[in-house]
Amino acid sequence: MTIDMSQFHQVFFEESFENLALMEAGLLSLAEGAEDPEVINTIFRGAHSIKGGSSTFGFSEIADFTHVMESLLDEMRAGRRPVTPDAIELLLGSVDLLGRLLEASSKDQPTDSLNVNDQLKKLTALQAVQAVPDESVSSVAHEQPETIADSDNAIVTGWHIVFHPLVHMMRTGNDPLVLFKALQQLGQLSVDCDYTQLPKLSELTPDEMRLCWDLKLEGVSDRAELTEVFDWVEDDCNLVILPMFSDAFQHDTVSVLEPTQPNPSDTNSGGAVQADAPSVTPSVSRSDAGANSIRVETRKIDSLINMIGELVITQSMLETLGEHFTLDKLGKLQEGLEQLKRHASDLHEGLMRVRMLPISFAFNRFPRLVHDLSVKLGKQAVLEMSGADTEVDKTVIEKMTDPLVHLIRNSLDHGLESPEERRQAGKSETGCIKLNAYQKGGSVFIELQDNGRGLDKARIFEKAVSKGLVDEKQTLAEEQLFELIFHPGFSTTAEANDVSGRGVGMDVVRRNINELGGTIQITSEEGEGCLVSISLPLSLAIMEGQLVSVGNEVYIIPLLSIIESVQPLAHRITRLTGKGEVYKLRDEFLPVIRINELFGVPASSQQPDEGLFVIVEGDGRLCALHVDELLGQKQLVIKSLEDNYDRVEGISGATILGDGSVGLILDVPGIVGLAGQGRGLRMSA
Amino acid sequence: MATILAVDDSLSIRQMVTFVLKEAGYEVIDASDGVEALAIAEGRQVDLVLTDLNMPRMDGIELIKRLRRNAGYRYTPLLMLTTESSTEKKQQGREAGATGWIVKPFDPDQLTRMIGKILD
Repeated sequence: MTIDMSQFHQVFFEESFENLALMEAGLLSLAEGAEDPEVINTIFRGAHSIKGGSSTFGFSEIADFTHVMESLLDEMRAGRRPVTPDAIELLLGSVDLLGRLLEASSKDQPTDSLNVNDQLKKLTALQAVQAVPDESVSSVAHEQPETIADSDNAIVTGWHIVFHPLVHMMRTGNDPLVLFKALQQLGQLSVDCDYTQLPKLSELTPDEMRLCWDLKLEGVSDRAELTEVFDWVEDDCNLVILPMFSDAFQHDTVSVLEPTQPNPSDTNSGGAVQADAPSVTPSVSRSDAGANSIRVETRKIDSLINMIGELVITQSMLETLGEHFTLDKLGKLQEGLEQLKRHASDLHEGLMRVRMLPISFAFNRFPRLVHDLSVKLGKQAVLEMSGADTEVDKTVIEKMTDPLVHLIRNSLDHGLESPEERRQAGKSETGCIKLNAYQKGGSVFIELQDNGRGLDKARIFEKAVSKGLVDEKQTLAEEQLFELIFHPGFSTTAEANDVSGRGVGMDVVRRNINELGGTIQITSEEGEGCLVSISLPLSLAIMEGQLVSVGNEVYIIPLLSIIESVQPLAHRITRLTGKGEVYKLRDEFLPVIRINELFGVPASSQQPDEGLFVIVEGDGRLCALHVDELLGQKQLVIKSLEDNYDRVEGISGATILGDGSVGLILDVPGIVGLAGQGRGLRMSA
Repeated sequence: MATILAVDDSLSIRQMVTFVLKEAGYEVIDASDGVEALAIAEGRQVDLVLTDLNMPRMDGIELIKRLRRNAGYRYTPLLMLTTESSTEKKQQGREAGATGWIVKPFDPDQLTRMIGKILD
C-alpha cells in the first residue's frame, strides 16, 4: 500500500504553527518569571509534537532541529536544567527560526539561507555546558546491551528462544500465539510447549499464564527483527535468546533479558480512581496560522442552519400561498414577506458573525513584541491585555495588527522612560502598557494606555512649526495639538530608528483605521502617560451612507466622513490659477471637487453656487464635494467592485439601492488625495 | 471488522493513522486526548487502542491505566504510539498495562503490519 503523505502536510503545518504560538507564549511567561511547571510542559509538548509530526512526514531538518530543542526543554521540565534568561532568549530565537523553517518547507523553498546550523550550534553549546546530571535517569538508558556483536550476525543461522511468560502476561493483552505467528513470518519456527506448570483444572485461572515455550527459529540472523517481536512483552516474561551457529562455530555468548521486576500492579483491583491525573492544560487560544481560512465555532454554524430552516418554512408557506392566491389572502402574503425580511436580516447578521474572530488573534503577538523591544531598548515593561476575546470582523484583525504594532512600538520607544528616569520621577521602574478591547453599541473600542512620560506638547508644537504645519504665533488647543501628530507631514523620518521608525507615521495608522470606518484619538497627561483610543465599527460590510444625487446618478458618501453640508455662497468660491477651485468656509480655504467633473456625468446644477457642498474629511484633510442634492441616509451592504471589475479611482465599492439600482460609494480619502496631489493645496488658511 | 481507537493530540498524525488503518480495512475512531478516548472506549468496546503518550488533559499512560481497570479492556491490546524511545517511558507504559509500543516515526506499512499481527 502506498499512501500519499503529502495530503497531511497542510494540517501538519497548521498545527505546527499553532504549537509554535503556544511555545512562544509559554516562553514569554517564563521570561516574566512564571514558575508553573505546566508552562514548561506545554512548551515541551509543542516541541515534541512538531518533532513527531516532522519526522513522520519526512521533514528531517525540522525534526533534527526540534529534537535538540526538545531535549533542552526535557531537561528543564525535569528540573535538571535551570531556566535562565539566556536560555529563554535562545529558545525564543529557535522558535522564530523553526517558524521560518516550517514556512520554507511548506512552500518547498530551500532553507540554506536560514542559518539553521548556527542556531543548532548555539543550542548544543548550551546543552553541553550546563547539563546537571541526574543519577535517577540515565541518558543512555535506551541503549540495550547487545551481547552479540554485529560481526557475529554473519555466522548466526537462527535463534533458540526460551520464552517463559510471567503469570500476568495475558492481562496486558498479549497473546503468545500472536508472538509465535509473528516469529513464524520471520523464519522457520518450531515450538515446544512446556505445560508441566499447569495446575489442576479445578484450580486453573484462565487469565493466568502457566505455560512456557522453547522456540527455535531458523533462517534469521538479524537479532533486531527478533527483539522487535518481543519488545512488547519484554517485561512480561523471562526471555533467553540464544544464538544458533552454523556447525563450524560454537559460541556460548548468551543474552539474557530478565524482567526488572514482576509487575506488582494488580489489574483486578478496580479500586478507587487515582487522583493524580495530569493537570489540565490551560486552554490557550489558537494562533493566526491560516490567514485565508477561518475557524468557525460549531455554535455559530448551528445557528445559521437553524435560520435556514426557518427560511425554508417561510418559503414553503409562501409557495402554498402563491398556488391559489386570491386577494383576500393579501394579509397573509404581507405577513409572509415580513417574515422573509426578518429571516434575511437574521441570516445576514449570522453570516457576519461567522467572519468575527476574537481580537486575541491580533493581540497574541504583542507579548513577544513588548518582550523583544524592551530587551532591545533597555527598558522594563509589562503588557497587560484585557478583552482579548472581544470579537471583531476578520478584516479588522488583518488591518489593525500593523497599526497596533506601531502604536505599541511608539509607547515603548517614546512613551515609557528608562528605568533610571522612572526611578527619578518617583515611578516604578517597570513601565506598564495596557491594551484593552471591548464592545459597546455598534462599535468595538481598542484602548492602548501607557504610564510613560506622556506627549511633549512643546516639542510637538516646535516640530509642527518647523515642518510648516502651523504658524509660530498660533495658539492651539490641546486637542488640535495632538491632532498634528496624525498629519501626513508630521512623520519624523529624521528620528526614525529601527524601533518605531520604519517609515510609517501616525498618519498611516490613522489612514488604516479610517479605511475600516473607524476613528483614533490621543489624550495625554505630561508625566502620567498617554491614552490612544480607537473605535471601529462592529461589522464592516454594513455602513451608514448618505445618498446624494449628481444629475441622474446616485452616489453614496460614508456618513462617518461627512463633517457638514453647506449651501454654497457665490462670493466665497474662488478659482485660483493653476490650483482649481477653493471654497472659503469660515476661515479655511477648502479645495472643491465637483463630482460631475470627476466622473464625467452631467450635473443638473449649472451655476457654481447651485447645489450643495458636502464637507468631508479624509486622511485628516477637509474637502468640499459638490453634489446636486442630498437624498437620504441608509444602512448599506457594501459590495466590492474589484471582485467583478477593475478598481476605479474615487470609488470604494457599490451597493444595491432599494429600487434595485446600483449606487457607487465614494472613496473619500482617495478623492481628497486627488485634490491634494492635483492642485497642491494647503488647507490651513 | 475490527475497530481501532486512535488517540493523538496532533491532528495530522491522527488523520494519517486514521487514513492508513481505514485503508487497511479497519473501522477507526479517533480521539484527541485521553479524556476523550476514555469516554469513547467506555461507550463502546473497541478491539485495539493506539495512543500517543504526551497529550494535554490526560496522557497516554493514564489512559492505558484507566482502560486496564475496565473489565472490557483487560485483554484488549493497548498500544503506545510515541516518539519516546526511552525505556523509562516504555517501563511506565508497561506498568500501566500497555501491550506494546510503536515508535514514531513509523511508515504506514509498518503500522498496518504490526496492527495486523495483533488483530489477526
